[in-house]
Amino acid sequence: MSLDYLWHGFGVALLPQNLMYGLIGCFLGTMIGCLPAIGPINGIALLLPIAYTAGLPPESTLILLASVYYGAEYGGRISSILLNVPGDAGAVMTTIDGNPMARAGKATEALVISGVSSFYGGMIAVVLITFLAPVFGLIAIKFGPAEYFVLMVFAFATLSSMVGHEPVKTLLGCIFGLTLTTIGIDATSGAYRFTFGSPELHDGIEFIVLVIGLFSISEVLLLLEQHAAGVLRPLKVTGSYPTWAMLRSIWWTAVRSTGIGFVVGVLPGTGASVASAVAYTTEKRINDRTGTFGKGDIRGVAAPEAANNAAATGAFVPMLTLGVPGSGTTAVMLGALMLYNIQPGPQLFTEQPALVGGLVASMYVGNILLLVMNLPLVRVFVSALLLPNWILIPGIMLLSILGVYTAYSSVMSVFIMFGIGAVGYLLRKLGFDMAPIVLGFVLGKVMETNLRNALAISGGEIGILFESPLTKLLWAMAIAIVLVPWFISRRRAKQAQPAA
Amino acid sequence: MKLKFVGGVAAFVILGSTAFAQPEKTECLAGAKPGGGFDATCRLLSNSLQATKITASPMAVTYMEGGVGAVAYNHVVGTRPADPGLVVAASSGSALLLAQKKFGSYDETAVRWVGALGADYGVIAVAADSPVKTLKELIVEYGKNPAGFAIGGGGAVGSQDWMKAALIAKAGGADPKKMRYAALEGGGAVTTALQGGHIKIAAGDASEMVKLAEAGKLRILAVMSEKRLPGYLANVPTAKEEGLDIVWPIWRGVYVGPKVSDADYNWWVETLRKLQATSEFKKEQEARGLYPYESLGADYDKQVREDVKRFKTLATEAGL
Repeated sequence: MSLDYLWHGFGVALLPQNLMYGLIGCFLGTMIGCLPAIGPINGIALLLPIAYTAGLPPESTLILLASVYYGAEYGGRISSILLNVPGDAGAVMTTIDGNPMARAGKATEALVISGVSSFYGGMIAVVLITFLAPVFGLIAIKFGPAEYFVLMVFAFATLSSMVGHEPVKTLLGCIFGLTLTTIGIDATSGAYRFTFGSPELHDGIEFIVLVIGLFSISEVLLLLEQHAAGVLRPLKVTGSYPTWAMLRSIWWTAVRSTGIGFVVGVLPGTGASVASAVAYTTEKRINDRTGTFGKGDIRGVAAPEAANNAAATGAFVPMLTLGVPGSGTTAVMLGALMLYNIQPGPQLFTEQPALVGGLVASMYVGNILLLVMNLPLVRVFVSALLLPNWILIPGIMLLSILGVYTAYSSVMSVFIMFGIGAVGYLLRKLGFDMAPIVLGFVLGKVMETNLRNALAISGGEIGILFESPLTKLLWAMAIAIVLVPWFISRRRAKQAQPAA
Repeated sequence: MKLKFVGGVAAFVILGSTAFAQPEKTECLAGAKPGGGFDATCRLLSNSLQATKITASPMAVTYMEGGVGAVAYNHVVGTRPADPGLVVAASSGSALLLAQKKFGSYDETAVRWVGALGADYGVIAVAADSPVKTLKELIVEYGKNPAGFAIGGGGAVGSQDWMKAALIAKAGGADPKKMRYAALEGGGAVTTALQGGHIKIAAGDASEMVKLAEAGKLRILAVMSEKRLPGYLANVPTAKEEGLDIVWPIWRGVYVGPKVSDADYNWWVETLRKLQATSEFKKEQEARGLYPYESLGADYDKQVREDVKRFKTLATEAGL
């Protein structure tokens, strides 16, 4: 296994313009993470059309979007600690111990401990990615249409673990996404499906239009609804810096949580929020002998922050190696690659070594930048918490319309965006998650064309889908990912019964 | 009709005595997103015009995505039919879509075809370790066992790659409708699938295959050109040499709107003629994997119409 790609990658990541995009991404990411109103996925949705229209090369776009993503995992802790409102989904657990610390006048300590833990988590996870990515590249050529199809089956199977408590809504969301991909020219037969004679619909619903509609427009509508709620005042950043002994005492907590976060992140379908919850409860079980967790224990701040960063980084592993998104946000990034005509999949590493290497290398740089931004400069982001909604809401709206219009110079796209936004708003009010829709949309076309190609090659014989060792392995993985959590929960229920 | 003819003569006389009218602003519209074939065509034109300083101001390249050029076609005919500075990128793929009536209500006579800027040629390839060494052999083997040869191409059923494959199948005496054809996502996916053994025959274009053939990763059996192509491909026979009478150029060219005056149309034709003689143009052409291809003005217009007719016949013959 060669790590040459990483050296090439540093060559890409350290180009002045890419350093700048990384810096902008880290700054915006922290800001977006810090603002409870918008999460990383909204931020990426807004930035994507801007990057695309500005003609950024694919590696720069990816570096920018990725740094927003893991930057947000840093920023989310700020509002968790100071407002008791998580800045993004991955920072929910940080409120439990972070906010009590801030109320006890130890806000600086909480911010530094959580910042350093984020750095631990992010950095260790990048090192793991560095060694994992090339391994998958070796088997790329073994992937033919049949293998791709089963890979997509596996990706959809992982959805079952994503929103376990509402499987019907997950499934419906996914089917909605799949249905949207059938609009446009059919890649196999060349037939025009659901275009209603309009050439604007020949290429189907554009990915940017979908993402902006689902995440920005619906978000604006939700924000407008909550507007009356008023603005929360963040707590003052007071207290002293933590001691070296404190930073050393959280080391094993950070290492364990990074491990948990990384594994959870790598598993497609689960993300930073699950990772931080698992890491927090694990640490609580191991360390909480005196009942300090929940009252401002520094390990309770360190664990979720190390885990959510490790998970965000780990989510890139299935994306870069198999072309399967590990989270809603990486699904958006995969869609971004498709805009550049780069087909995600196991061949990505062999065909685009500069892209993969550049992204991985930029994560080393990005985590260092983020550590600097989040320790001495943390006050800049705290002041962002005072940003009133009457600036935020029109701002997001403006960027959405501009983004879509400049990317496609078509008013039709803007109308479709509003339509999807309205649907997204309704679905969110009904408790639907947007991620399965995006996943269905991103993977649907790949799944359909590969199934049809596999069957074309075999002359209609369905056996081709189970023939090669690789397809068998993927089927087994797909079945396992659905059944294992179900078995575990059943065993737990059984164990709990006699006790009760 | 008579008036138009007189006008034409008058224009010709005036043009004959003075320089051709040069439009104030020039723009090349690519009917797809940046990075594709239409973009490459526009860049070829824009870069070489700038390098040779044939036009005074640089040519802008704009994009209008949709329906592989259908949106741009409708836009030019419907909204900017008389813009003298606007040329639009097209390819033999556009002629195919016109033949299949996939450009909306307009046909190939709705615009004025200016000229081709170069061409790529169809090729048939097999894996490097394939026992089949020549196209003749392939056709015989295919005829014996069509089910044993899955064919991959970078386009849907009815696309140019599919038609190339259908012609091979027909030559082997097999029914193109029963062909095991996989419509893969572009040329890169086709060559990867060939190397992975998922398909046995690849139908594609010379430029996307030549580097891999040179590296020994696949074998090009024949090139669908009139004469052998230069460079590495000089060792590869044409389909004609192998006894299969197919020439398949994938030309790239430009058209202007239907109401553009003869003077402006002629200015574009002459500009392309001048441009194609320059070394700057040849360099840009080669960099984009295109081979020289001469077809300008009335010749080109005639050729597009003939291509559309040919594609219509091929589709009917193949049973679409």
